Amino acid sequence: MANTPGPVRRSFAPWEDADADPIIRFQAVTKRFGDFTAVDAIDLDIYEREFFALLGPSGCGKTTLLRMLAGFETPSEGHILLDGADVSQTPPYRRPVNMMFQSYALFPHMSVEGNIAFGLKQDGMPKPDIDARVQEMLKLVKLEPFARRKPHQLSGGQRQRVALARSLAKRPRVLLLDEPLGALDRKLREETQFELTDIQQELGMTFVIVTHDQEEAMTMADRIAVMDHGRFVQIDPPNVIYEQPNSRYVADFIGDVNFIEGQVASHTRGQVKLETNSATAAISANSDGTEVAKGDTAWIALRPEKVRIGLDKPKGRGPNAISGEVWDIAYLGDLSIYHVKLDSGEVIKSAQTNQTRMIERPITWDDRVWLSWDRDAGVLLTR
Amino acid sequence: MSGATESRSGFSLGSLVVLVPYLWLLAFFLAPFLIVFKISFSEVAIAQPPYRPVFDIFEGFAATWQKAQEFSFENYTFLFTDDLYVRAYLQSLQVAGISTFLVLLIGYPIAYGMARAPKQWRPMLLMLVILPFWTSFLIRVYAWIGILKREGLLNLALTSMGIIDEPLIIHNTMTAVYIGIIYSYLPFMVLPLYAALEKMDNSLLEAAADLGCPPLKAFWTITFPLSLPGVIAGCFLVFIPAVGEFVIPDLLGGSDTLMIGRTLWNEFFSNRDWPVSSAVAVILLAILVIPIVLFQNAQQRAQERER
Amino acid sequence: MNARLSTFNVTSLVLGFTFLYLPIVLLVIYSFNESRLVTVWAGFSTKWYGEMLRNQQLLDAAWVTLRVAFVSATIATVLGTLAALTLVRRGRFRGRTLFSGMVYAPLVMPEVITGLSLLLMFVAVNFDRGFWTVTIAHITFSMCFVAVVVQSRLVTFDMSMEEAALDLGCPPAQTFLLITLPIIMPSIIAGWMLSFTLSLDDLVIASFTTGPGATTLPMRIYSQVRLGVTPEINAVCTVLIGFVTLGVITATLITKRQELERQRAEAAAARG
Repeated sequence: MANTPGPVRRSFAPWEDADADPIIRFQAVTKRFGDFTAVDAIDLDIYEREFFALLGPSGCGKTTLLRMLAGFETPSEGHILLDGADVSQTPPYRRPVNMMFQSYALFPHMSVEGNIAFGLKQDGMPKPDIDARVQEMLKLVKLEPFARRKPHQLSGGQRQRVALARSLAKRPRVLLLDEPLGALDRKLREETQFELTDIQQELGMTFVIVTHDQEEAMTMADRIAVMDHGRFVQIDPPNVIYEQPNSRYVADFIGDVNFIEGQVASHTRGQVKLETNSATAAISANSDGTEVAKGDTAWIALRPEKVRIGLDKPKGRGPNAISGEVWDIAYLGDLSIYHVKLDSGEVIKSAQTNQTRMIERPITWDDRVWLSWDRDAGVLLTR
Repeated sequence: MSGATESRSGFSLGSLVVLVPYLWLLAFFLAPFLIVFKISFSEVAIAQPPYRPVFDIFEGFAATWQKAQEFSFENYTFLFTDDLYVRAYLQSLQVAGISTFLVLLIGYPIAYGMARAPKQWRPMLLMLVILPFWTSFLIRVYAWIGILKREGLLNLALTSMGIIDEPLIIHNTMTAVYIGIIYSYLPFMVLPLYAALEKMDNSLLEAAADLGCPPLKAFWTITFPLSLPGVIAGCFLVFIPAVGEFVIPDLLGGSDTLMIGRTLWNEFFSNRDWPVSSAVAVILLAILVIPIVLFQNAQQRAQERER
Repeated sequence: MNARLSTFNVTSLVLGFTFLYLPIVLLVIYSFNESRLVTVWAGFSTKWYGEMLRNQQLLDAAWVTLRVAFVSATIATVLGTLAALTLVRRGRFRGRTLFSGMVYAPLVMPEVITGLSLLLMFVAVNFDRGFWTVTIAHITFSMCFVAVVVQSRLVTFDMSMEEAALDLGCPPAQTFLLITLPIIMPSIIAGWMLSFTLSLDDLVIASFTTGPGATTLPMRIYSQVRLGVTPEINAVCTVLIGFVTLGVITATLITKRQELERQRAEAAAARG
């Protein structure tokens, strides 16, 4: 399997190939705990060498989905196929998948080596092979000098690497990662994100990660599944999730967003006009295939960085424009976020890059300003 | 979703794991109580064993029913008519109650001092409290005889210092019993108190002071209420066993010291009246059931909080 | 809590520990008294220890006690550990309330009741009283202490450690032996030591359940104590106190050293 990073990765999209066989297949999988339905009739295909992220707030069922894949939970209904074979009832110790735990779950009474070798010993691998594999893993996670240390003699970042090495040692068909970076501080987390993708590319393995951190999912994953109440809301590559969310839930969960509510006034040739309380003129947007009819309630989702701000009314009839008053300014250093209160009382955020070094900025509190954006900057949503 | 209840992860415990300790406790804890209960309804007899059984399950159902009709409450009526027993119960409760209060009074400052001691001292202090707890009860009570008796070390010290002329009579009195109980049960009180106080955040007191609360008032409005779980656990741990205490009243108390544990012992070993001692035990248990259940509930709640 | 000690704190600590230790210290001192009269100090002597070693009854009782303590502590540790696993891991099952009640009740049950009821049962089923009846009685109450000690460790046990082992291909029974057991072992050992000491100390329950040829040391001491204070008993008590003190201090030092090593290692890891 040739695995050159870069160009190959960009064109990597087996989910678009109708002939590709998924490595993991969920078929109408439901999991109930008593009266509570954690996972609700889910279908999902994950492909070989994919880095797949399950994203959602706590309690959305993402961890249950992962634990069913590992074998710690059995589906109440439906089937889970791994390489085409039904593994729904297979106990965890007979599945060719391994998991990296949120708490790392390192065995405190074993050294780093002992932890990494544990799974290999269970397979009855000959001793020289185990030693070689352990060395290989230590090298991969750059922990060679710490082989004989016990877990409590390691820093948080080092423990995280041991957990990773241990779960990779058996070369599982699929590696499951449960909030793998949750316990690390921000800087370390960012470094580790890239390391994880590098390792995944290098080994050509399938990774399934559970996270509640959208940034983590965006940075690492080939595809992201956004979950809510035990169901998928959207499954798409990160850029699609961000630029083409299918619902207010997804748009709101990933990144910052403004919503403008209105009624559809007209829908012709892919262009929609929306009557709103916020603007005097109708707001126009591309429908991008969204089915709406005159009179429907719809929303425009608008990312703050796509909203321009100015003291004068923009010229021409092209872009949408709304006027309001600067209500608050959040100065973040690299960005300034202007909170503009419209006459209708709604607040729209506009993010501006601070490209020049200026202590005083031309727009300040209580200024009367104009917000404007292009027709294709907003996403039309019906739910 | 880590709180999943039906998880089949982890070591799936075979039913053997449950059955062995379960059956053991049924056979050697519950069954004996049922037998005590049964015997408490039978009549005393000069035989071996020294009672006439009311019923015997091995005789079959008809015979059992026949005998069950001869159920005798005589032992119980006897207990309530002879005021020796009533007084013994009451005195046991009184002695246990007063001792519990005194142990709390003495134990609290010790636990408080331990909790405020520098961190590196605390394990050492803790060990000093636990050490006597591991030392034989009997030995610790015995040690007090040598101190308290008429020609004992206390009187020796006091007379030689000229504080008293006549030796104090403490041994074989109620005072000695109180001293013995307080001494023996002090660690039971100090340990849970210390555990509760040690967990407390000193910044609470600093916040109280910052808001204008003087230290003594801060103690009563902040420290003490927060240490209540420890106070409750400690009081139960002292009160319940103290009610049934035998060794202390027997070795330190006088012939007039009536405590129910000792009465039961005498009834059993000296009078060989097994039915009456069984009845004594049944009533003692009935008295203690309420505090025991309360104690268990408190423990369970504390444990759930820890989780 | 962390604050400066006030005079009141220091006073209460000093008085409290004096109260706890003075009687024991006096007892130990007077075991070395030449005179038979306890209150009269007649010079240092170890003759009562010699006397003790020549007292065959006392030595027999000590031997019985040690055997009972060893056997009962070992069996109680196994049963108590199983009980703790049941309470923590088993979730809800029929009879759980009864079970947990039976585990907790012996902790606070007056000894006279436990002793009496066990004896009456042994009589009812015609069980010959002696070494084994005392041992069974001790197992019954010791296992509950073990259960509580092990349970408190199991409650804080990170279940994902077992899941990790299963995930890496280790079947459940092996996971228990390779992962769970080694990790909870310190609490199991503590439970064993507690059982051993409880059995060593027990007078009341042993008095009820014993039979011919199974007189334990506390029973022997008790019958002599009733006749008065003697230096010989002081000597026996001193030996017992010495054993327990040695045991507790050793155990504390071992855990303390491990703790120190761990802290040092963690500090080193934090530095990089």
